[in-house]
Amino acid sequence: MAALEVKIHDLILKNPVMTASGTYGYGLEFDDFYDVNRLGGILTKACTSKNRDGNAMPRMAETPSGMLNSVGLQNKGVDYFVEHIYPQIKKYNTHIIVNVSDSTIDGYKEVAEKLMPLEKITGIELNISCPNVKEGGMAFGTSCDTAAAVTKAVRGVYNKTIIVKLSPNVTDIVSIAKAVEAEGADALSVINTLMGMAINAETRRPVLAMVTGGLSGPAVKPVALRMVWQVSKAVDIPVIGLGGISNATDAIEFLLAGATAIQIGTANFVDPMVCIKVLEGINEYCDRHGVKDINELIGGLRY
Amino acid sequence: MAKFIHDFKVVENLPVNKDYFVLYLECPIQLPPILPGQFVQVQVHSSPTTYLRRPISIYDVDRDKNQLLLLIKKVGNGTKALSSLKVGEYLNLVYPLGNSFSIPHSGRVLLIGGGVGIAPMLYLAKYLKTKNVEAHVLIGGKSTHDIIECDKYKPYCEVYITTDDGSLGEKGLVTQHSLFGEQIKFYDRVYVCGPNPMMIAVSKLVEKYNIPCEVSLENMMACGIGACLCCVAPTHEGNKTTCVEGPVFNSKDLKW
Repeated sequence: MAALEVKIHDLILKNPVMTASGTYGYGLEFDDFYDVNRLGGILTKACTSKNRDGNAMPRMAETPSGMLNSVGLQNKGVDYFVEHIYPQIKKYNTHIIVNVSDSTIDGYKEVAEKLMPLEKITGIELNISCPNVKEGGMAFGTSCDTAAAVTKAVRGVYNKTIIVKLSPNVTDIVSIAKAVEAEGADALSVINTLMGMAINAETRRPVLAMVTGGLSGPAVKPVALRMVWQVSKAVDIPVIGLGGISNATDAIEFLLAGATAIQIGTANFVDPMVCIKVLEGINEYCDRHGVKDINELIGGLRY
Repeated sequence: MAKFIHDFKVVENLPVNKDYFVLYLECPIQLPPILPGQFVQVQVHSSPTTYLRRPISIYDVDRDKNQLLLLIKKVGNGTKALSSLKVGEYLNLVYPLGNSFSIPHSGRVLLIGGGVGIAPMLYLAKYLKTKNVEAHVLIGGKSTHDIIECDKYKPYCEVYITTDDGSLGEKGLVTQHSLFGEQIKFYDRVYVCGPNPMMIAVSKLVEKYNIPCEVSLENMMACGIGACLCCVAPTHEGNKTTCVEGPVFNSKDLKW
């Protein structure tokens, strides 16, 4: 069995398998299926400074090899998280990373400051890439200036690990990656969902109440893989790859493209056991290829 | 309630007519407790257009044979793929999911199902019988074709039928049935599952008499376990997940 430990800044992950924010609740939803502590880390549902009801219904549409969602960051706000959710999840013996979003820079700072004292929250993932909110979210992540400004502001108040989750809905993801790296991001998550839409030809109406939504699932994998490859070559901080990962082979491909760890998202809906299957499959791949340490695979693409 | 994920063996795939079929699925472990109104998430292996699981109501539970029964209407690619499952094949289920209809200890209740919305009512009727609650069922459909296996209810409850075209039972919508005359007052609780306009119409009628009305929603769903928040229903206490806090809601709690 290969050594599976990887390092994201100063976080040592027991293995590179993590969950993607918004697809895994707070981990508790999966307790019935397997021991969540087996994973390298979990990324929670987005947390904002105030309660958010999220978007109108319908919020989802199935699309070929994937889905669109426009949930719109529904959550009860950071105070509720600290008081009611954290006490339930601090039992986990793996990295719990809270996905942080808001509509203002001050809001991002407020959430980060309130999460800072929570011992078991070992890092945050700045969500500057949600395509489903009118203000904030992706609005911050689509220009170098605003992406850098959010990162800098949060860096000023948060001294644990900061991961910045990038949007693929940009012309040059590498320049955004470099901009947030320069302002103190410790790692990057690449990618959030791709903005898309679905139409019902029979009714001639949009399927989603918000008209557009974020595309995820295997449909986005080649785009995600390309962006992980581009970004990881251009920055010195670790990249966490995500986008359509559904099995161990997908995960290995992301590592070869340059990701240090991976996140599994939409596939959790199709198979609640998928994270464990990916973990076991990575082990099996390493054995089959004589890989002694998973780190040998990172960026190990042969040309 | 604990959730499980297992491969169920298809023991029988029984077409009811050209649109409806019943899957008889054998559980590889002893079936855990299952409450009326709960559902399963079925994985469909067929094509890129059926990527996500399908939420399907539990139609019946056969404890003697350790089987779950699902009544399914062929609507899209997913349900069509399920209709062609062969005996001996396996189907992956996440189950049992969601809350349940509330079960009173006595009294008289009315179960109303429209079209394939009748699916959760058979197991509810059976369950109520074990609790000595007097149940009546009102089944509505466009025509005879949509009134599915109504004989199955007879051991557990009185059966009333409406069809839009009058081809079976009383003619008209369920809310036009003669039960909604004087008789409706004698029910202590009403349970409804069917198209939203039907559930709204029924709940408005019975709320007038202050009869509690429970409705089972069929919102679009992704995870089925409360992780994604795609399926929420607006309630007076904010958005609630149809998959965990539902699918059964008190009609008065919903904003519709």
